Amino acid sequence: MSAAAHSVVEPSTTSKRVAATLVVIYALISMIPLFWIFATSFKTPPDSIAYPPKVVFTPSIEGYCNLFTTRTRQTPEYINALPPATSFCDETTRKRNMVIAGPSNFLPRFVNSLVIAFGSTFCAVFLGTLAAYGFSRFRVPLADDLLFFILSTRFMPPIAVAIPIYLMYRELGLSDTALGMVLLYTAVNVSLAVWLLKGFIDEIPREYEEAAMIDGYTRLQAFRKVVLPQATTGIAATAIFCLIFAWNEYAFASLLTSGTAQTAPPFIPTIIGEGGQDWPAVAAGTTVFLVPILVFTILLRKQLLRGITFGAVRK
Amino acid sequence: MADVSLRGVSKAFGDTQAVDELTLSIKDGEFVVLLGPTGAGKTTTLRLIAGLERPDSGSIVIDGRDVTKLEPASRDVAFVFQQYSLYPHLTVAENLAFPLRSPARKLTEDEINSRVADVAKLVRIDHKLENKSTKLSGGEMQRVAIGRALVRKPVIYLMDEPLSSLDAKLRGDLRLELKRIQAELFSTMLYVTHDQIEAMTMADRIGILAEGRLVQIGTPKEIYTEPANLHVAARLGQPAINLLPADLLPETAAPAGTRTIGARTEHLTIRKAANSHADGTVDWVEHLGDQNHLHVTVGNRKLVTLTDPDTLFERGDRVTVRLRSPLYFDGAGKRIAG
Repeated sequence: MSAAAHSVVEPSTTSKRVAATLVVIYALISMIPLFWIFATSFKTPPDSIAYPPKVVFTPSIEGYCNLFTTRTRQTPEYINALPPATSFCDETTRKRNMVIAGPSNFLPRFVNSLVIAFGSTFCAVFLGTLAAYGFSRFRVPLADDLLFFILSTRFMPPIAVAIPIYLMYRELGLSDTALGMVLLYTAVNVSLAVWLLKGFIDEIPREYEEAAMIDGYTRLQAFRKVVLPQATTGIAATAIFCLIFAWNEYAFASLLTSGTAQTAPPFIPTIIGEGGQDWPAVAAGTTVFLVPILVFTILLRKQLLRGITFGAVRK
Repeated sequence: MADVSLRGVSKAFGDTQAVDELTLSIKDGEFVVLLGPTGAGKTTTLRLIAGLERPDSGSIVIDGRDVTKLEPASRDVAFVFQQYSLYPHLTVAENLAFPLRSPARKLTEDEINSRVADVAKLVRIDHKLENKSTKLSGGEMQRVAIGRALVRKPVIYLMDEPLSSLDAKLRGDLRLELKRIQAELFSTMLYVTHDQIEAMTMADRIGILAEGRLVQIGTPKEIYTEPANLHVAARLGQPAINLLPADLLPETAAPAGTRTIGARTEHLTIRKAANSHADGTVDWVEHLGDQNHLHVTVGNRKLVTLTDPDTLFERGDRVTVRLRSPLYFDGAGKRIAG
């Protein structure tokens, strides 16, 4: 690559290697907590609190058993009188002088998280796309002020408005409902969605819609047939950002949900209280909790990258 | 196909008067070219007819029907944009079929396919129908854009400098093709450009626009030989017309009131000075290959004219310059018929 060696814009092979090494080191360091959680979820409770920490251990799915079940303590006589254990979870539970009493609340909480996070992401992106299109294409009176107002809802930490929202929700009967959480996360995310999407839609030349309208389409049809297909990158990037926020949100969730509509983030820490410090179950809950966002991000990683670097380079 | 007319149409954007009391009518099957510099209101005129802009005053009539307040979709016009014309997420065939697939038109898939095939052949893109539209060259893209307009039979085709982003060779080819297609289909066309060659070669009539006003409209020959004023005269001819003070050269039979004389190549006779009398000096001979531009200084004025490729003039030659029935303009810039 003698040509590259003389190139002004192309970095040299050495500097590329140094950069790659640094990136790998940084990635490894930042992944240690993730690895720690993943490893802990496969340890037995004694292993998980062993000191010094065990790096090499015999993997066990006890954490996952404990995550998905509730257990009650029984006398050894009672346990011995039971028919033989049918599953691995049964067996490990009995070894600790307990029996499985039933499924835990983790699964319904996890489903709540899915419904609320994806529901609010859909609403925020849907409303955000329409609003961004409006701001981008029409002469909206006071457009700049409105956009600033929309952004200003993100100036303070969400928790600053927790008490008024708590009172309002109690009054409206929205406390501890999935609908309430979807509305709340939509409201928080829609400002981000409008701003991100306006940038993307501004980049789509309006000639496309004008051509479509002259070709016999109404504005709404032109929007759907011409603007939406070209805005998919932006919509995908925006959706990931919204989903990550709604998925990870803890403060509002712990304040406004307690039972039926509780999401996974406030639920996972409560696992720890049941029958001693059950770190493997907490770690298992966290690991399972990471899966959807990981899958979604991997599926849309190209769009995410484009979303992050958006505006850095003009075509 | 039908007549299209603008009646006293005005449109302002903020403080800028883009189109000012424009009245223009285009006959069925006619090819009208609007010629003018950037900002003359050419594109705005097209957008007004298409319905992409609403006029501040005046009315637009298509086929006897007042369409001033109608949406673009219900006006039945076709538009070719200067650029960004193809839908990037669709293939060539899908782009061509797009107007036919409009919910307003109810065509069967067979009809659509046969129309697309016909048009693709007409604009010579039938070998690339399945290509993504972003994978085409500039000339191919513009051919598809023109094809997308031609796939329908609208009352009028509006073309906004469709060839301006192409290189010279391609522009020449497509110019011919477009004229051929228009003649073949006998379609009504309003074509906007700032390129005088496109205007002269394609138009049945040329309209000269300046500052949102229609200065003159007529056949290319009329516009060239009988320009209404200095502005129109200056827009046509290569090299540009020489505008000289009336008293610069002797022996002119200028009518009374002449302030400026317009002299194109065909109005000038230039010879090497035989004796001591000379009007000017050859400044410079610009060799273009098939022809030469001759730059001559007369008094304190510079003239540019064409001369043969095998010209005998050289820099520094002293020459006599005579006028042959040039154009005469009065103090206000209007041409005096002579």
